[in-house]
Amino acid sequence: MFGRQLKYCIIAVLLILLPTCVWAAELISQQKFTGKNEILLTFAAPLDKAAAKNVRTYMVFEESDPDIKLVLNEVILSPDGLRARLHFAEPLNTAKTHVVAIRDIDGKEKASVQVKKSYLGYLLSILISALLVNNFVFTKYLGLCVFFGTSKRKTTAKGMGVVFTIVMVVSAIMSWFFYQFILIPYDLNFLQIVVFIGLVSLTVQAVDTILRKVNPVLFNSFGVYLVLVIANCVIIAVPLMMANNNYNVVETFMLALGAGGGFLLALYLMSSVRERLDLANIPPTFKGLPISFIVAGQFAMAFLGFSGLQLF
Amino acid sequence: MANDKTSLQLITRGILSENPIFKLALSMCPAVGISTTVMNGFMLGIAVLFVQVFSSVTISLFKNKIHPRIRIPTYTLTIATWVTVIDLALAAYLPEAYAKMGIFVKLIVAFAIITMRLEMFACKESAKDSFWDGLGMGLGFLVGMMVIGLVRELLGSGAILGYDVLGFKPLLFFILPSAGFFVVGLMMAFFNWVELFYKRSRRG
Repeated sequence: MFGRQLKYCIIAVLLILLPTCVWAAELISQQKFTGKNEILLTFAAPLDKAAAKNVRTYMVFEESDPDIKLVLNEVILSPDGLRARLHFAEPLNTAKTHVVAIRDIDGKEKASVQVKKSYLGYLLSILISALLVNNFVFTKYLGLCVFFGTSKRKTTAKGMGVVFTIVMVVSAIMSWFFYQFILIPYDLNFLQIVVFIGLVSLTVQAVDTILRKVNPVLFNSFGVYLVLVIANCVIIAVPLMMANNNYNVVETFMLALGAGGGFLLALYLMSSVRERLDLANIPPTFKGLPISFIVAGQFAMAFLGFSGLQLF
Repeated sequence: MANDKTSLQLITRGILSENPIFKLALSMCPAVGISTTVMNGFMLGIAVLFVQVFSSVTISLFKNKIHPRIRIPTYTLTIATWVTVIDLALAAYLPEAYAKMGIFVKLIVAFAIITMRLEMFACKESAKDSFWDGLGMGLGFLVGMMVIGLVRELLGSGAILGYDVLGFKPLLFFILPSAGFFVVGLMMAFFNWVELFYKRSRRG
């Protein structure tokens, strides 16, 4: 049963991938980013070596601004002449689509291909970045009041993290809508802060009312924290970052999900440590908040290890 | 409830006995996040001082007109308005410092300390007392930020306000972002220790 489903999945994936293979079956058969300032081209047939090694054969620019040509440092050709690594003087912005054009000696364009990351990979990289690399608590230092206030017990930490994630996703999507369809068209960008904080309070109030009616048991355990959610920088930071980076709705959703998940992760890790700290023999001057800060500092150092993590 | 404290007492209370960072442990995010140098701490402190004073005075002037049930949203919107003012002003006149502080200026809107002072003080007292209380709290925050900034800048890059003092860099670790947690934690422990020491010496 499961095996058959897997087979269908594989066939579906192959069908989706097929057009891309056919489309690129010209001079260049494959192109991708291989590093911060490197593009790898694979040719269908070996090129003239002198021409393929010449930096002036290639013209590379970002699709959004074709006037700015990127400076190539050197081209390294593999021995069989099928693969060329283009080294650039400056790091590329791999989130953007790049165009590589190949020219004749007299400057006529022979072929051009687009180099881009898959969009799904880009979305996942936003998620991973908000979750681990730029974790809101340990790398961006946001929401510390709530973080230290509610990470004493595992159960409250879990509940708080879930409430935060829900409020964050809902308020971020709403803020995106307001930002895109009201603030930008009417040129009201300076009202950002007022509008976003209003939307956040509204969401919190709505979650409060709905939870009270739908699930009173859950409300009794989380209700207290809902008030705390309003006065918290994590929640308001998501819409502000969305406005800064001009994300679309799916990207905003990914950012909010990653930020909420990151907060949940941070709360859970911290509460597991603090439950044990209660039993430990700590010097009286360090009891309570000071030791929690030091533990958080150690977590922050551990999260530094995620910097530079690129999965896609 | 009449307030029986003089303006000076209100200010010193904000700086010493109810210091927002070290005593009340509120608004920790900027204290950890951007206190890498004295100057950064000073700039954000000024912004918070401005917002705190003006929102305190605004709320205290309109305290009789605000219905108690909608007081929290009113506070939030008042703070958001003043934060917008300082945000736009800083972006226009001090773009360099503004770029360093990044998103934290806008996040003043969510600082617990400001809402708390409005709820506990400004909605009950006269505009004049609220002004002094806001000034005291803002200065307390400013001093706290600058002290943390001083420790981190001195230990991290051996300088104060950008001037080289020590001539060498004792512990580069302290200008790394994660050191903020350690510095705040150690300073809290230090203040606890002073307090315990003081109490013990008085008893014995």
